Amino acid sequence: MAEMLSGGDMLIRALQDEGVEYVFGYPGGAALHIYDAIFKQQKVEHVLVRHEQAATHMADGYARATGKPGVVLVTSGPGATNAITGIATAYMDSIPMVVISAQVPQDLIGTDAFQETDMVGISRPVVKHSFMVKSAAEMPAVVKKAFHLASSGRPGPVVIDVPKDTTEPTVFAEYEYPQSIMMRSYNPATKGNGRQIRKAINALVQAHRPVIYVGGGVIMADASEPLRQLVKAAGWPITSTLMGLGAYPGEDPQFLGMLGMHGSYQANMAMHEADLICCIGARFDDRVTNNPDKFSPQATIIHVDVDPASISKIVEADIPIVGDANLVVQEMGANLAATLEAESADSKAAREERSAKWWQQINTWRDAHGFDHHMQPEPGKPILPQLAVQAVYRATEGEAYVTSDVGQHQMFAAQYYHFPEPRRWINSGGLGTMGFGLPSAMGVQMAFPDATVVCVTGEGSFMMNMQELSTCLQYGLPIKIINLNNQALGMVKQWQDMQYGGRHSQSTYSDSLPDFKTLVEAFGHVGIKVSEAEALEPALQQAFSNELKNRLVFVDIWVDPHEHVYPMAIKGGSMRDMILSKSLATEPN
Amino acid sequence: MRRIIAVLLENEAGALSRVIGLFSQRNFNIESLTVAPTEDVTLSRLTLTTEGDERTVEQITKQLHKLVEVVKVMDLCEADHIERELMLIKVRAGANDRQEIKRTADIFRGQIVDVTADTYTVQLVGPSDKLDAFIRAIGKAPILEVVRSGVSGVGRGDRVLSL
Repeated sequence: MAEMLSGGDMLIRALQDEGVEYVFGYPGGAALHIYDAIFKQQKVEHVLVRHEQAATHMADGYARATGKPGVVLVTSGPGATNAITGIATAYMDSIPMVVISAQVPQDLIGTDAFQETDMVGISRPVVKHSFMVKSAAEMPAVVKKAFHLASSGRPGPVVIDVPKDTTEPTVFAEYEYPQSIMMRSYNPATKGNGRQIRKAINALVQAHRPVIYVGGGVIMADASEPLRQLVKAAGWPITSTLMGLGAYPGEDPQFLGMLGMHGSYQANMAMHEADLICCIGARFDDRVTNNPDKFSPQATIIHVDVDPASISKIVEADIPIVGDANLVVQEMGANLAATLEAESADSKAAREERSAKWWQQINTWRDAHGFDHHMQPEPGKPILPQLAVQAVYRATEGEAYVTSDVGQHQMFAAQYYHFPEPRRWINSGGLGTMGFGLPSAMGVQMAFPDATVVCVTGEGSFMMNMQELSTCLQYGLPIKIINLNNQALGMVKQWQDMQYGGRHSQSTYSDSLPDFKTLVEAFGHVGIKVSEAEALEPALQQAFSNELKNRLVFVDIWVDPHEHVYPMAIKGGSMRDMILSKSLATEPN
Repeated sequence: MRRIIAVLLENEAGALSRVIGLFSQRNFNIESLTVAPTEDVTLSRLTLTTEGDERTVEQITKQLHKLVEVVKVMDLCEADHIERELMLIKVRAGANDRQEIKRTADIFRGQIVDVTADTYTVQLVGPSDKLDAFIRAIGKAPILEVVRSGVSGVGRGDRVLSL
């Protein structure tokens, strides 16, 4: 006979059966039965945050680094609404997450009860799906469905709203966790269409100027390995979105760097001049394409995506392939191998000549305006933020998990830290959520306690969730926070410099910033302040030293406040239209 | 381009709000919408009419498909189909107008379903443009109320939207 459990116990038991390690959350009235169930067991560890938004970002960081769904538990009302920003962040980047929100008892729903809010309604536009539990008996199936939906197909956050009466400790129901679940209305794509894949490989092999353009979908689908094999086998140039960094090794010569609004010169030029673009697991975001009407005018477009709605949404695909990136890229690889095998000596020579010519063009671009990855500190001059990121790259030997917040520091990190592996670069790409960096780093560190986890942030973003320094102390999370302090909301200020005649409306606050060193020390951590270029390398050596391996270290680096992020796309233009420095822009076409 | 989209969705609380929410969230427009359970009580059938170019309509059907509770979607206008809408229209029918209104209703194969000393309520079924035409046709008679069901539709012949 099946075991009899209360709804609250069932919920936690279902999480155990789902293999959940951590739940990130914050208790409250409607959630108390659930918290009592947590108290009575040891398998699922609850991490007590200081604000529910941080709980969602922690779960998100955990999910991005491990590929497993992150789990959040919040109470009703304000607990639920505080979680919304983090749910929306996960939704925009297709991150698997299960958010359990407590709800007032069902007989009070709709009465404007204390701490009541319509969580299913308020979260609806930013979830993949949501459930409201009606009775304890439903609990196992609902949890199973939630995890299945969150982690399959195009992943995303799923909310389970749990009215307090369904977790009542004195009401029992039969517990049996389903092995699998069938939903007649949910059948995500898996294998791609073989004919389309053959067509794609044919087009790629015959192209004169092909570019592979990959995004976060490759990482989500764990398709990095087959992608590397595919791209290496044919010698194609490859670029990546902000979300896809690490899918292909950042230091590899075939990698052109990130593309888009602040992408590398060579990546954007190559995209514009390409005669074939093969997009895998990316969605032609406006931060990539610039003006879609002027996007890559000569290119045939191959688009591989697990979500059919992403295909031909912004840019019409000539060869659409709906499927799981891993399976599709593997099949592309097999197809390419067969095609190359059957290739005549003449066509091989011709293909290699086309490729050499294309690479020659790309390398000319790279040499002309590519990033300088070997900057040196200049004594007496302000520290450039790009240099700071390069110094972090050296100090961590390129092996760190790097999370970031949103703004200039995020772009500098994306441009100058090379990621050798997927799931190492963790940032809020789609929603652009300030306050994401620290809590997501905490989630990563929980998943990998021995790994070096760096949060590259700015003082503006950091202050949006700095209360979590207290959580870091409680759980002993030795994160290294690199604060690129420019005493301003740098990206806002940059736009104001470039488009609003330098009128810095509400983007500066230099007179009122805290002394971050003292601040983090008050939270029980180590603070280091760096304002001289010569002090940068020694400070980082100290921060990443063995001696401080088990401590959270906050390095407050005062960088040049006048620095802008370049290249920057010229609004309304094509991908080749870029501002390259304070005094240089690309020629109009 | 006007399109009629038929949707089979799980007959569950909240499913309809997801469909409606999708339209406002993605800036698609809905001209009319009807929904009711089917012969299978676990399924509702929803018919909506929308305006948009081919690309927009393609996005609408794809985004609808993405909703977990949506089982099937069909753009009825892609092939032969029948569309019907029901209208109840209440008009002021004074002694001088009564004959004319009755005649017009007959021409449109409408039925007068409620009569008082100075009103008629006419019931009319047909494609939306026929209903529009009737409203124009009764011309000078003062309209008191117009109630339209929104479009329902079905594919012709063997074209079936079911599980």
